Amino acid sequence: MAAIYSLYIINKSGGLIFYKDYGSAGRMDTNDTLRVASLWHSMHAISQQLSPVLGCAGIELLEADNFDLHCFQSLTGTKFFVVCEPGTLHMENLLKYIYELYTDYVLKNPFYEMEMPIRCELFDINLSQAIQKDRVALLGR
Amino acid sequence: MQFFGGSDISPSPPAPTAPGNNAHMIYVFNRNGVCLLYKEWNRPLHTLNEQQDHKLMFGLLFSLKSLTAKMDPTSADKGNLGVPQLPGQGCSFHSFRTNTYKLSFMETPSGIKIILVTHPKTGDLRDSLKYIYNLYVEYVVKNPLYTPGAPVRCELFNTALDQYVRSIA
Repeated sequence: MAAIYSLYIINKSGGLIFYKDYGSAGRMDTNDTLRVASLWHSMHAISQQLSPVLGCAGIELLEADNFDLHCFQSLTGTKFFVVCEPGTLHMENLLKYIYELYTDYVLKNPFYEMEMPIRCELFDINLSQAIQKDRVALLGR
Repeated sequence: MQFFGGSDISPSPPAPTAPGNNAHMIYVFNRNGVCLLYKEWNRPLHTLNEQQDHKLMFGLLFSLKSLTAKMDPTSADKGNLGVPQLPGQGCSFHSFRTNTYKLSFMETPSGIKIILVTHPKTGDLRDSLKYIYNLYVEYVVKNPLYTPGAPVRCELFNTALDQYVRSIA
C-alpha cells in the first residue's frame, strides 16, 4: 500500500508537464489528469484572493477524507503536488527534494524546452529512487 | 459522520491545543449558494466586495469538492469533472491550509456548508464545526420566525456563535 498515490508537476500557466501514478485504485486517463491539473492551478490562484491577510502564496495542504494533497510552488510559479494517504509526514521535504531533481535533471538539460512536458530519463530514474526510498522508509516503521 | 446524536446541543468539544488562533471569519451557505451568514472578527484585507467574495468562496468550494471527488485514489469509478456532487457523495475535503490562513469546511447532508477561516496553525476543527452546526439547528432552524433560505438574523445565534468562536480562538 503506497503512501504516495501520485505526483503532478504543472508549469506556470497551469499546464501539466509531468504526471506519475504510484498505485491509486482509480486511474485517470490523460485528458482527466490535464483537467485536474488546470483546475488545481485555478483553485490555487483563487485561494490567494480569499485570504484575510496580505501575503498569501496559495494552498499548501488540502486534507480530504481519503487523501491529502501537498503542494509546493517554486519562486518561478512551477507547482509540484503530490496526492498521498491522509496523515503522511515529510511530504514538504520530499517535494523540495523533487524540486532539486527537477532543477538538476530537467532545467539543466539543454534539450529540454521550458514549459513543455518532461521527457528526461535521468529525472524519471532519480525520481523513482527518491519515491522508493521514501516508501521503504515508511514500510520499515 | 453522525449528525443526529441527541436532541440537546452536544457538549462543547475541547479547544484546539495551539494557542492564539484568532478566527478570521465564518461563512454559512445553503445548498443554493445563498450566504446565510457571514461574520468577520479579524480581516485586515478585503480583496473583493462582499457579494463577489461570497460567490468566489462558494465557487471555490464547489470546484474543490469536484476536484477531490475526481482525484480520489481509493475509488475506481468516478463521475466526470464538473458534475455536481450530492452532499456526501464522493470524497470531500475537510480543510485546506495556506501560509496565511487555514480554511475548515463541513457540509451537512442537507447541503448547509459551514466554513471557518482561522490562523494557519489551527488544529482539526471538524468537531467545532459540528458544534456550530448544532448551534445553527437549535437557534436558527428551530426558530419559528426564521424562513429557510434567508440570511440569518437571530440574535441568540449570533451571541452563542460569537462566544463559542472566541473561546476556541
